[in-house]
Amino acid sequence: MAFAHKHILGINELSREDIITILDTAESFKEINTREIKKVPTLRGKTIINLFFESSTRTRTSFEIAGKRLSADTVNISASASSVTKGETLEDTARNIEAMHPDIIVMRHSASGAPHYLAQRLNCSVVNAGDGAHEHPSQALLDLFTIRQHKGRIEDLKVAIIGDITHSRVVRSNLYALNKMGAEVRLSGPGTMIPPGIEKMGATVYADMNEAIDGADVVMMLRIQMERQGKSLIPSLREYARFYGLNTVNLKLARPDALVMHPGPINRGVELSSYVADGPQNVILSQVENGVAVRMALLYLISGVEHSEA
Amino acid sequence: MKLLIQGGRVIDPANNLDAELDILIKDGKISKIGKNLKDDGVEIFNASGRLVTPGLIDIHVHLRDPGYEYKEDIVSGTRAAAAGGFTSVACMPNTKPVLDNKSVAQYIIEKAEKEGFARVFPVGSITKGLEGDSLSEMGDMKGAGCVAFSDDGKPVTSGELMRCALEYSKPFNTVIISHAEDIDLVGKGVMNEGFVATELGLKGIPWVAEDAATARDVMLCEFTGARLHIAHVSTRGSVEIVRAAKKRGVRVTAEAAPHHFILTDEAVRGYNTNAKMNPPLRSAEDVAAVRQGLADGTLDAIATDHAPHHIDEKNVEFNIAMNGVVGLETALALTLELVSDKVIDLNRAIELLTSGPASVLNLPVGTLTVGAPADVTIIDPGKKWTVSANDLISKSKNTAFDQRKMKGAAIATILGGRLI
Ligand SMILES: [Zn+2]
Repeated sequence: MAFAHKHILGINELSREDIITILDTAESFKEINTREIKKVPTLRGKTIINLFFESSTRTRTSFEIAGKRLSADTVNISASASSVTKGETLEDTARNIEAMHPDIIVMRHSASGAPHYLAQRLNCSVVNAGDGAHEHPSQALLDLFTIRQHKGRIEDLKVAIIGDITHSRVVRSNLYALNKMGAEVRLSGPGTMIPPGIEKMGATVYADMNEAIDGADVVMMLRIQMERQGKSLIPSLREYARFYGLNTVNLKLARPDALVMHPGPINRGVELSSYVADGPQNVILSQVENGVAVRMALLYLISGVEHSEA
Repeated sequence: MKLLIQGGRVIDPANNLDAELDILIKDGKISKIGKNLKDDGVEIFNASGRLVTPGLIDIHVHLRDPGYEYKEDIVSGTRAAAAGGFTSVACMPNTKPVLDNKSVAQYIIEKAEKEGFARVFPVGSITKGLEGDSLSEMGDMKGAGCVAFSDDGKPVTSGELMRCALEYSKPFNTVIISHAEDIDLVGKGVMNEGFVATELGLKGIPWVAEDAATARDVMLCEFTGARLHIAHVSTRGSVEIVRAAKKRGVRVTAEAAPHHFILTDEAVRGYNTNAKMNPPLRSAEDVAAVRQGLADGTLDAIATDHAPHHIDEKNVEFNIAMNGVVGLETALALTLELVSDKVIDLNRAIELLTSGPASVLNLPVGTLTVGAPADVTIIDPGKKWTVSANDLISKSKNTAFDQRKMKGAAIATILGGRLI
């Protein structure tokens, strides 16, 4: 098995082969999660620190369970991101943590590039659990895993991603991932939430959401966060739901066997109607379940590498 | 004290001079220019194969003194200037306390005269405390030696206040310098808006944030008939606005910084905080337009926006890193890159660093006219060197050009007849 990465900073840095290795490894770990004794000794003696500068119960718990099922010692640290250059800097925080000799730091931060910053300065491995609006590699990998599980392949599938493209790290990681795996990506969202040049990342942008989901094999809906994105980007959640929400009517435009995905947590009645969220095509909980296996694979694969990569 | 600079290629754009000549300096002034000059008891500087130009002038520098001496001070900043071939700098008022009154101006001028390595021309603030509320005492500050007024670092947000600043400045025969930026459109942006920002997941600053503000201030300049200078033009649109205004006879001038005509926003990749400044590095199209503006006379000067910051202010996450890069020690070679790139010729390059900026701010320097202060820069146009941030003279090492291969350097800087 050739996996030559010390860090997982983004899908951008991974090759198609790397991605396949991760998915195949996750496949072999998935079975552990259904055993009665859900634990293997693979990472015994390793210390993993979940360093979260942004709260995210879901991702943090998933990484924590992944580490524990591999018998690593996992510690959670919540920190607050510095808003100005005063007080303890990110480098100071990281150095303090590194003094405790962790093997892996799993990091979530509101600043794009923060994990890259740490990876350049620390000796341990860094796994990006989401940085600003940049990347969220484990999410894209679990999305790929879920698609592959349900569709048998990723290549040539039409994947529509709907919502706030501008502020979404899930979208960027998925654009890299889906393109590397040969899928066709379509994007749609409010005019205020489509960033310039996004087509160059490998996507077609549709003004009308219905055109984007027409004939799609996968419809990925993004969480809308009005409080984060500011009031001038969309007039109301009501109007958002009307033009960019997925419901039983527009879902019929997609292929009958299309998957409905969401990185969670969902806003019922906003980006997803409850009928769709609970409907037969949704694989949202399967995404959550697969998240653990994919994160086990990531932790395992980077542990096997001894600082061979600069 | 006499100095004879022999055999150099003398380029003095203000006098349309480009010839192999000698220059005799006496009592701190240019005494004679001609062929085969001789005099008794002179020190001789052999300049053959070198360019001999008026001392370079940078009209946009942050010396950080008083208040932020941990970043730079008048001594270290002017020493960096001299190392880069500059004999005159205009320093911006965002100090602590703000340069919004006569005493701060006097402090700067006195310290520069006593301890500095270049002439320092202070730029006072337009508004008290840079707060954008009420006008500073421009008349008083002009009397103390301020050569222009600017709230640089931020724009004057109120159009009404900018109108008043222009009208008030007019009888004092001075210049208002606009840092053109629509703060609302900038929002929380940290780099140029475009593909690179999209890919890096960083909030963008759109070009329209600069253009809208440039347009407003140029129109206010036209409306009031006052003298306006646009600092650090970085966009195609702003170049076009200034070009069109000049055609109409509006009394506007403009400058561009080397990083804006050399680098694009691609330099930010890797979350490089030394490629973070305001206005931000723009697209290749903008770079081309700025170059065109320098070539066709739309832009009057090259000015560095030398903005020293401590390592702790740059060694952080990109979005909280401070804006700005140092520029005094790299500007000359980067300007000469425009000559090798055939954007401008050598005479225009020197003009953009001497008589161009001098005439923008009406400075009594920038020429080799007989009788003028003997500020002279001697340049080895072929000297190859590599930028090393750690070796910069400036207190701060935040250059966007670390490890860049350069051609051309100032090998001697003469200030008032003294070799610095
Ligand atoms: Zn400025």
